[in-house]
Amino acid sequence: MEINLEEAFQKRIDDEIKIEPRDWMPEKYRKTLLRQISQHAHSEIVGMLPEGNWITRAPNLRRKVALLAKVQDEAGHGLYLYSAAETLGMSRDEMLNELHTGKAKYSSIFNYPTLTWADMGAIGWLVDGAAIMNQVPLCRASYGPYARAMVRVCKEESFHQRQGYEIMLTLCQGTPEQKAMAQDALNRWWWPSMMMFGPNDDNSPNSAQSTKWKIKRFSNDELRQKFVDVSVPQAEILGITIPDPDLKWNEARGHYDFGVINWDEFNQVVAGNGPCNKQRLKARVDAWEKGAWVREAAVAYAEKREKRNSNKENSNAA
Amino acid sequence: MAEKDLLYNYSLHLADNSMILGQRCGEWCGHGPVLEQDIALTNIALDLIGEARSLYQLAAELKGGNANEDTVAFLRDVMAYKNVLLVEQPNYDWAYTIVRQFFYDVFHFYLHSELINSTEPRLSNIAAKSLKEVTYHLKWSSEWMIRLGDGTDISREKMQDAVNGLWEYTGELFMPSAIEQQAFEAGFAPDLNILKPLWQEKVEDILAESTLFIPENNYQQKGGKTGVHSEHMGYILADMQYLQRAYPGANW
Ligand SMILES: [Fe+2]
Ligand SMILES: [Fe+2]
Ligand SMILES: [Fe+2]
Repeated sequence: MEINLEEAFQKRIDDEIKIEPRDWMPEKYRKTLLRQISQHAHSEIVGMLPEGNWITRAPNLRRKVALLAKVQDEAGHGLYLYSAAETLGMSRDEMLNELHTGKAKYSSIFNYPTLTWADMGAIGWLVDGAAIMNQVPLCRASYGPYARAMVRVCKEESFHQRQGYEIMLTLCQGTPEQKAMAQDALNRWWWPSMMMFGPNDDNSPNSAQSTKWKIKRFSNDELRQKFVDVSVPQAEILGITIPDPDLKWNEARGHYDFGVINWDEFNQVVAGNGPCNKQRLKARVDAWEKGAWVREAAVAYAEKREKRNSNKENSNAA
Repeated sequence: MAEKDLLYNYSLHLADNSMILGQRCGEWCGHGPVLEQDIALTNIALDLIGEARSLYQLAAELKGGNANEDTVAFLRDVMAYKNVLLVEQPNYDWAYTIVRQFFYDVFHFYLHSELINSTEPRLSNIAAKSLKEVTYHLKWSSEWMIRLGDGTDISREKMQDAVNGLWEYTGELFMPSAIEQQAFEAGFAPDLNILKPLWQEKVEDILAESTLFIPENNYQQKGGKTGVHSEHMGYILADMQYLQRAYPGANW
């Protein structure tokens, strides 16, 4: 019986029919998706911190408004994704608890600090850019609620990417100090952005199953290559240098070759030893704990009001 | 004061209030008690800074020369900002944030309800656009006043603390500066004496529903409108102006 269900499930996926919350699904599919979607949601809200850091210091009013709106979009992405994950049977509070206790991960890129205004440009250009590469294929993910959430998310991410690139362009066309600021940001964000695609394919044990379930459509290395190929000409337009001496066009492959990623750094950041892991988690936990009385009061008030309304109805009936 | 100067200075009164409160609201972004409210407060920040921009653009136009919204917004020192002390008060916690917002929203709502009739069309247009947004802000902050005032014992205590702490900054809203007085006499600004009882009544209504009280000590601080700010203001400006000051004349 189980086997037949699994076969029918796989056939639906092969036929590109979306799986919906009430459909039967293998437990491992549910768990894999729940982990992936909740981690993605956590990444959106932790990702608000490095950029939120610059809202009060944005250099002019237009940029301030755009940055506020961008960080707010990320909160919205968190909301869509938590809702999608909830359809798999875990509440938002439970997911947040996993984040706060360190059980759940979020994208390591947000464990790097934002030191100058150019980081707002580099993050939009490279981090949102890499996110789009990863996420556009997810708009066709086999799980319906996830795919639909990703359609909305990707639309906004590509806007963020253009906005970030435009910040970089303005800096690169500005004073020498501004251009140096842009170069410095590229130096710091390039390699962490490259790491956003995850381990090399031969080191990515869960990928085969995710590919079969159409949660994943391209391999980590394919996406990383695409990112490099798109980014190199963009950096050329900016007139700044990608910090990779091995970067060069390979005519035979029709792609750029690039240097070896520092996987030791990657593993350290994943393990919690990045420059801002502790601060990011602390900021989230603090916000949650300081907000506890607010959430409790909101519940208490809603209950009181319900009681008053039903008392009123009872007395009206009598 | 020439009419043009008067309108310039009056616009700054309005703009600086919204700008500084928007700046404070923006500090919450990413740190709110729950995601939906983080988004809501960021929306308010966006509305307030949006309104400030329209007013700074008007001010820049009146000032002429190389002035633009950013030079007017960023390149003044603390004594030239005309915002009230209320809006620069820190985000001590969510209770202070809500009470500050509520006190200001009530004022902002009645102010713009009058300002839409201003004889100066550029002001009345800005007020008309902003009034829709402010109506929503007031609804949002009133609901949070009630929810937290009438929530738990802890939330009531925190809210009462915030009301007690912020009450002394409400009077300044209705003490006209020389500029506001002249702007009223010139016909383009509302009479603050008319706004005061409207504000008082609305505040009393919502506080009653929130099971909160107006503190007995009714001493009122003043100074913001004439540039005598609290110590908080220097830090707000240090953040806000940092890049404009560090890289003079740069384009961003
Ligand atoms: Fe994302
Ligand atoms: Fe996002
Ligand atoms: Fe984004």
